[in-house]
Amino acid sequence: MTDYEVVIGLETHIQLNTTTKIFCSCKADSWEDEPNTNICPVCTGLPGVLPVLNEAVVEKGALLAAAMHSNIRLTSFFDRKNYFYPDLPKGYQISQFDMALGKGGYLDLPMPDGSVRKVNIEKLHLEEDAGKTKYEHGVRYVDFNRCGVPLVEMVTGPDLRSADEAAEYLIRLRQLLRWIGISEANMEKGHLRCDANVSIRPVGSTVLNTKTEIKNVNSIEAVRAAIKKEVERQIEVVESGGKVKAWTLDWDDAKGKLTMMRSKETEADYRYFREPDLLPLELTEDWREGVIASLPELPLARRARFMSEFELPEYDADILTADRPISGYTEAAVKASGGDPKVVSNWIMNEVLRMQNDLGVSADELVLKPEDLAAVIKLVEGGTINNATGKSLLVRVQETGKIPATIVEEEGLAQVSDDSALLAVIDKILAANPDEVASYRSGKEGLFGWFMGQVMRETRGKADPKASRGLLQKALKGEG
Amino acid sequence: MAPMALTAFETAQKVKAGELSAMEVLESALERIAAVDGQPGTLDYGDLTDEDRAKVHAFITLTAEKAIQQAEAVDAKVRAGEEVGPLAGVPLSVKDIFTVKGTPSTAASRILANFTAPYTATAVQRLEAAGAINLGKVNLDEFTYGSSSESSAFQPSTRNPWDTSRVPGGSSGGSTASVTAGEAMLSLGTDTAGSIRQPAAFCGVVGLKPTYGRVSRYGLIAFGSSLDCPGPVANNVRDAALMLGAMAGADPHDSTAAKVPVPDYLASLGKGVKGMRIGLSPDYMQITFPDPETGELVRQELPEEIRAATLHAAEVLAKLGAEIVEDVPMPNTAYGIPAYFVISRVEAASNLHRYDGVKYGYRTQSDYKDLKEMYRKTRAEGFGLQPKLRILMGMYVSAAQYAEQYYARALRVRSLIRSDFDAAFAADGEYRLDALLTPTTPTTAFKMADVYGDSVLMQYADQLTVPANHAGIPGISLPGGIASDGLPIGVQFMAPDFAEETLFQVGQAFEQATVDEDWRKAKPAVMR
Repeated sequence: MTDYEVVIGLETHIQLNTTTKIFCSCKADSWEDEPNTNICPVCTGLPGVLPVLNEAVVEKGALLAAAMHSNIRLTSFFDRKNYFYPDLPKGYQISQFDMALGKGGYLDLPMPDGSVRKVNIEKLHLEEDAGKTKYEHGVRYVDFNRCGVPLVEMVTGPDLRSADEAAEYLIRLRQLLRWIGISEANMEKGHLRCDANVSIRPVGSTVLNTKTEIKNVNSIEAVRAAIKKEVERQIEVVESGGKVKAWTLDWDDAKGKLTMMRSKETEADYRYFREPDLLPLELTEDWREGVIASLPELPLARRARFMSEFELPEYDADILTADRPISGYTEAAVKASGGDPKVVSNWIMNEVLRMQNDLGVSADELVLKPEDLAAVIKLVEGGTINNATGKSLLVRVQETGKIPATIVEEEGLAQVSDDSALLAVIDKILAANPDEVASYRSGKEGLFGWFMGQVMRETRGKADPKASRGLLQKALKGEG
Repeated sequence: MAPMALTAFETAQKVKAGELSAMEVLESALERIAAVDGQPGTLDYGDLTDEDRAKVHAFITLTAEKAIQQAEAVDAKVRAGEEVGPLAGVPLSVKDIFTVKGTPSTAASRILANFTAPYTATAVQRLEAAGAINLGKVNLDEFTYGSSSESSAFQPSTRNPWDTSRVPGGSSGGSTASVTAGEAMLSLGTDTAGSIRQPAAFCGVVGLKPTYGRVSRYGLIAFGSSLDCPGPVANNVRDAALMLGAMAGADPHDSTAAKVPVPDYLASLGKGVKGMRIGLSPDYMQITFPDPETGELVRQELPEEIRAATLHAAEVLAKLGAEIVEDVPMPNTAYGIPAYFVISRVEAASNLHRYDGVKYGYRTQSDYKDLKEMYRKTRAEGFGLQPKLRILMGMYVSAAQYAEQYYARALRVRSLIRSDFDAAFAADGEYRLDALLTPTTPTTAFKMADVYGDSVLMQYADQLTVPANHAGIPGISLPGGIASDGLPIGVQFMAPDFAEETLFQVGQAFEQATVDEDWRKAKPAVMR
């Protein structure tokens, strides 16, 4: 049996999170709104109306282009893509064709095995969304709410080599979109939509064979599953002497099945031409520089830096750059602590992430600031409080908004390491539990932990564990 | 003097001063309409009667009630001493290609016969805000596709008030006829290849195609979006200037509306033409068209009367101190029509996509088995011949395999036509023109039904006007004489981008200098 290489290109539609639509002042997001309640003469294409470009769409689109290393054209054009469909009220979609906002670009995709896959961007342009149609009881209904919602269409080259790489690309794209704040990137809500073009070829071959297009994949796992399924199907077709045909396939997530929507032997002719109702989109060099300058450090760059500069393991770096708030939090906490970043990382991964998940907030919404975390770590490392107190202190800071030192002071949380004070506590415990003392002394040394627990209980956790352990051992052996 | 014999400018002055009420003016207009207009345009109108053949039929929808309310409001303001606009009490007709809230906006097509827009076109809204009294919607070629106004789905189509056996021209035929016949003092038209200037010439009135983007297109039902210009139709240059000033300027609803400041156009009047350089071009003294048999391009000199009127205008201006620059080459003029055929139809076909029976307008009344059949029947029944021809050609020349050969080439021709004007107007060029003087049309108004159906030949009627649309520059047509057939002849001036002031200045100088010429005394048949 021949070994096959899988060739995948992804076509994504990204819904920008602007307040209003791309060419009118209707609200952009209609999630859970009644059909046809968020429309106006412009987005429903009434006679005589004209589109007026929303500048926020250009800004967000340009930000994405910059993040994808795409060249932002100073002059780009809108074009009409003409076709008939009931959910396309003008009979054409205003899109960008040959002179789009972004030219070229790429994403260096780190793979779990440590390799990097360079994914080229072939298209990056702005366009308006169409509406939705649905069939019910033999009647076709149209909802225009989504008409005019701003989209970026971004298409990769045939550069992905497995279903897992395709999924990884989408994971990284989603992370990036949220990171730079241009899209909610929720696939289930259609903020990020993906069609996958899939073909196979014998390993070593460089030809691009006939591809199929998989549509209607609404989650990253669905993309992974659908591509795997399609690759299996194509291999089967080829192995049995057949030829892969240029089909468009529909993915049924519930059944885990692909069905043919249509054969796509001839390309549709959209009769693109320049949209005469909009002026060319002219940007200045300064504006472009401004967009590029406003771009934050991107997730993959920050991940790499956490590994090189902070010497964090890849695992930690990945988790601590999962979203922009947690990465900023980590950065600030490491800086404030001045100590070992790995120690900070452990505190964040164990304590801060849990707190964040319990409260259902992002890191930047916590009352517990990175500086507070650093202060707590310092208190623990300096021996003022013990580890357990440190953990509960984080919760107290989150609850009260007070700075850690104040809470330690007010609640008397400082560790008891004074020998005489500890001895008094130990004496009291030994005196109160003669039976246990006898058992211990007759060889049941496993009771030591129980005695330590009593010490902690008596001191409400403030006892310095190391000092306590030494004093307790001596006392139990009768050396006190 | 009957109110409708006044100019718009005088009317607004008198209404403002309380010497004349807007209601009196309106009554005078409604009387004229009742006397000369006849049956309004109607779908499925039967055979014409002899009486129909003698009427103007400018209107599709007369909105007298609304006009009365507007006139009352103006009068109330005057009585209360409140500010009224520069068009206070001036009766206005609106080409039925503009949307007006609450009034049917038909585009003279069956497919929009039942459409009432929930918004008013910017130009109309501004004219109403300036105090104009909106009488209603006037007829045109279906979707503005034509040069005779005969292709309207609403019959009887408009007839020429000078001779009702003649067409008024088009597509703004209802606009120019209503002004000529004294039914309205001003009319709002549109010009995509000459659709204001050609009917203005045929009807003996003033028609201005402003610079592309000077007047907002919001609410103008699109034909060729890169060519369409709303503009004024008036009885004289001052009124046209007054009207343009009231409606020009940037519009947040139209990003192609220019942000260039709007000058005080009235201030440009009366300055004379001394020292101005006015060009004449041999390329505008002929038309070029394909021989129907061989397809070879044939050049034909314009009729002597038409040439003479243009040369006469040049002489008048020369006497006033203008410098006449002869033999200005405009070598790409002959290609204006073929290029226009391609560009306008690509845009038109796309602009017509939205009329699909799904959302508004006409939907087939017969059964259909699926979506495609609904589309086909709706469009087959809803569109008349002209939209269908434009869709066919537009789809053909923009198809992937032909687009380079036709559409892309037409766009290059368009740039060449623009470069002809750039060279003629360049301040450091050989010609340094302030304006180019040409005939407006190759002929006077043709007989009803004479040219209709031959859309190629009819299109060549726009040969002298279409270059301004390609180039985006302003052009004005003025009455320039009366031909031996008793019909008006138009002369056209074209000027650089946003130089409407020049056109008004030259136009008014010509108008005043010829006020006593014999041809000025001729009156339209329906006015006699």
